[in-house]
Amino acid sequence: MARTTLLLACGALAKEIAWLIHRNGWTHLQVRYLPADWHNHPERIAPEIDRRLTDWQENYRACFVAYGDCGTGGLLDAVLSKHGVERLPGAHCYEFFSGTAAFVQLMDEEPGTFFLTDFLVRHFEKLITKGLGLDRHPQLRDMYFGNYQRLVYLTQLPDPELDRQAQQAAVRLGLTYEQRLTGLDGFAANLSALNPQAASCLS
Amino acid sequence: MSNEELHEEEELDLASLPDDELVQQMHDDLYDGLKEEIEEGTHILLDRGWGPVKLMNEALVAGMTIVGIDFRDGILFVPEVLLAANAMKGGMAILRPLLAATGAPPVGTAVIGTVKGDIHDIGKNLVTMMWEGAGMEVYDLGINNPVENYLEALEKHKPDIIGMSALLTTTMPYMKVVVEELVKRGIRDDYIVLVGGAPLNEEFGKAVGADAYCRDAAVAVETAKELIAARRAALAEQPIAVAA
Repeated sequence: MARTTLLLACGALAKEIAWLIHRNGWTHLQVRYLPADWHNHPERIAPEIDRRLTDWQENYRACFVAYGDCGTGGLLDAVLSKHGVERLPGAHCYEFFSGTAAFVQLMDEEPGTFFLTDFLVRHFEKLITKGLGLDRHPQLRDMYFGNYQRLVYLTQLPDPELDRQAQQAAVRLGLTYEQRLTGLDGFAANLSALNPQAASCLS
Repeated sequence: MSNEELHEEEELDLASLPDDELVQQMHDDLYDGLKEEIEEGTHILLDRGWGPVKLMNEALVAGMTIVGIDFRDGILFVPEVLLAANAMKGGMAILRPLLAATGAPPVGTAVIGTVKGDIHDIGKNLVTMMWEGAGMEVYDLGINNPVENYLEALEKHKPDIIGMSALLTTTMPYMKVVVEELVKRGIRDDYIVLVGGAPLNEEFGKAVGADAYCRDAAVAVETAKELIAARRAALAEQPIAVAA
């Protein structure tokens, strides 16, 4: 049996995971990234992960998945349960970056909160502007965002340029702007909890 | 000849089209999300003596059905469907008062809303419009509805259907809260409960105690019609209690 651990991860987490692997020396991990634009097509996530686990699982000592529920409505959990594989806790990356308690508080404060992460700021044009068709049909903005009140940029690795771009995104969507620093410690702890071998590297 | 003049000359005069071609053109305009053209076509057909029910069914609902099929089949995507819905909304705004004035009884009545904690309403709005297009009377509660809002609307409007929508994994469990409250009050079976939203599925619909999960607006129309008809047939078959 192979000794490597497989981490199947959303491509939207690539930079953060690479940074953590480098910082923590998680050399036992083999990471395979899946397309980040499934963020806009959650119906693809569960069947595609099912297919990959079916094909790859036996080649690894252990497997785990760096996804939240990500809009699959429990279908991803059903797939993971079938394979005996665990995922990150929470509904999506906003929750596992900010921590469940902080995320719930943000949503209680204002249900009309639109979240961006470092990745989503960097790829705002592709995933939001073009992905939602706002480049071709700017009049759709209020149909998509009319009920939102604020944009919260959950910052993983602070960068003034990303902060500026996130502020600009808020203006374009007609939302107020807030930045919250999440860092990566909570995310690292969640990954470690799934993967004891990583935890031992951290300690 | 300038480009502008050429474009002007090529522009289609909807009023010059016979009825069947105009209806076909309105289907195309709906598909392309051309709201002004839909409004113009609606006015033209009304001026020609078309009744609002016929106009709605043949020009708007039939056109929107094509949009729905192409969305389901992956030919059209969300932005295009939203533009089409916006165009249909323009036509419906003209027809709604005329439909009310016909005095025709609605096919059924529904209360619909997005559940507490959730502000997403694109799917709900589509369902509302398609239900109206199917001849139903719809009371839209909007977004972020606690159970009290549903109960109040049920009491006030006595609908056939209660529809609940959610887009978030974190908010969809609230549907169960609403259904359980109906059960607790002994009124669950007085209503058809339909649920929908991107992260939902049939299994979830069953788990929260809904009568059906509706994958999209077209399914919501068919499901509503079927379940209302079944409910009315069941009521008609019930023996009438005769006082001794």
